[in-house]
Amino acid sequence: MSLDNYLYLSALLFTIGAAGVLIRRNAIVVFMCIELMLNASNLAFVTFARMNGSIDGQLFAFFTMVVAACEVVVGLAIIVTIYRSRRSASVDDARLLKL
Amino acid sequence: MNLASIVNNQTQTPEAVLFFILAPVMVLSALGMLVVKKAVHSALLLAVVMIGLAIFYIANEAPFLGIVQIVVYTGAVMMLFLFILMLVGVDSSDSLEETIKGQRISAVLGSVGVGFLLISLLSRAELGRAYAGLELVNGEGNVQAIAKTLFTRYVWAFEVISALLITAALGAMVLAHRERLLPRKSQRELAAERVRQSAIPVAGLPGPGTYALHNAVDIPALLPDGSPADSSVSKTIAARGELANPNTFRMNEKNEAGEE
Repeated sequence: MSLDNYLYLSALLFTIGAAGVLIRRNAIVVFMCIELMLNASNLAFVTFARMNGSIDGQLFAFFTMVVAACEVVVGLAIIVTIYRSRRSASVDDARLLKL
Repeated sequence: MNLASIVNNQTQTPEAVLFFILAPVMVLSALGMLVVKKAVHSALLLAVVMIGLAIFYIANEAPFLGIVQIVVYTGAVMMLFLFILMLVGVDSSDSLEETIKGQRISAVLGSVGVGFLLISLLSRAELGRAYAGLELVNGEGNVQAIAKTLFTRYVWAFEVISALLITAALGAMVLAHRERLLPRKSQRELAAERVRQSAIPVAGLPGPGTYALHNAVDIPALLPDGSPADSSVSKTIAARGELANPNTFRMNEKNEAGEE
C-alpha cells in the first residue's frame, strides 16, 4: 500500500465534513463537522511528516489540536448563549445578532 | 526493521490490512454523521472517526499524537459536545425543510466536485523522491523528538498558543456568564405567580397513566372525554418518540360485559 492512501482518506473526510457544514442546520452538528475537517487536515499533516522524514508535520498537527480545542470551548459557549436567548440550536434561527 | 518502516515506497502488509479495514469504517461513519437525524448519534459516529484517526496516527509513527488525539478529542472534546447536547436537549433534531431552495442538492454536488478535485490533485502530485519514514527522527523516541523541536524552533508558537488557550478559557467564561438583572424570586412569589397564571393548572399536571388502565411513565393519562393528555408525559420521552398509545390497554366490549 502506498502512503498516498492516507492522503486520499484525509481528502475524503475533509470533503464529507465540508458537505456536513453546508447541509446540516443544527449548530452543534455543524460544529462537529468542522471538527471533522480539522481532524482530516491533521491526518494529512501526520502523513506528510512521515513521507518527508521530518517531525515538523506532527508539530503542526499538535498546534492544530490546541487551536481546535480553543475553538470548541468558545464555539460551544456561543451556542449555549444563543440557545438561552432563542431556545433553539438551529443556525436558521440565529439570523439576527439581536433579538 | 519495525512494522512501520517503508520498503520500496510501500508500507508493509499489516499496515495495509489495518488501513483497508479501518478506512471504510471511518468513511461510512463520517457519511452517517451527515444523514442521521439526531445530534447525539452524529456525536457518537464522530467519536468512531476520531478513534480511527488516533489509530492511524499511531500507525504513521506518531504515537504521541495518537494518544493526544484520544485524550483530547474522544475524551475532552466529545465529552463537551455530549454535555452541551444534553444541556440543549435531546429533542434538538434538525428541521428537514430547506431555508434556501435547492441548497441541499447543490451542497452535495459542490462537495462531490471538491472531493474529486482534491483526489485527482493528490493522484497527480509527485514528491519526486523516496518516502523517508520517521525511523531516523524517532530514534530517541517520538516524544523526545517532538519536545526537541517544540522547545527550540517552535518555542515562540508554543508561547503564543498558551496565550490563546488562556484567552479562550476566559472568553468561554465571559460568554457563558449570565448577569442577574432582577433579584431572585422567592418561593412565595413563584407560588403566587403560578396561581395567577391560568395557563398552568394550579393543581399540577396529571400524572402519566391516569385512567389509562396502565400506569407506566410512557402512557398518557386520559382526560374525562377519553382523549390522551399529552401534558401528562415527560417531554423527554415524547422527544424520543417512545410514547405508547393508551388505546392498546383499553378494555374491549367483551371484557366490560364480564364475558371474558
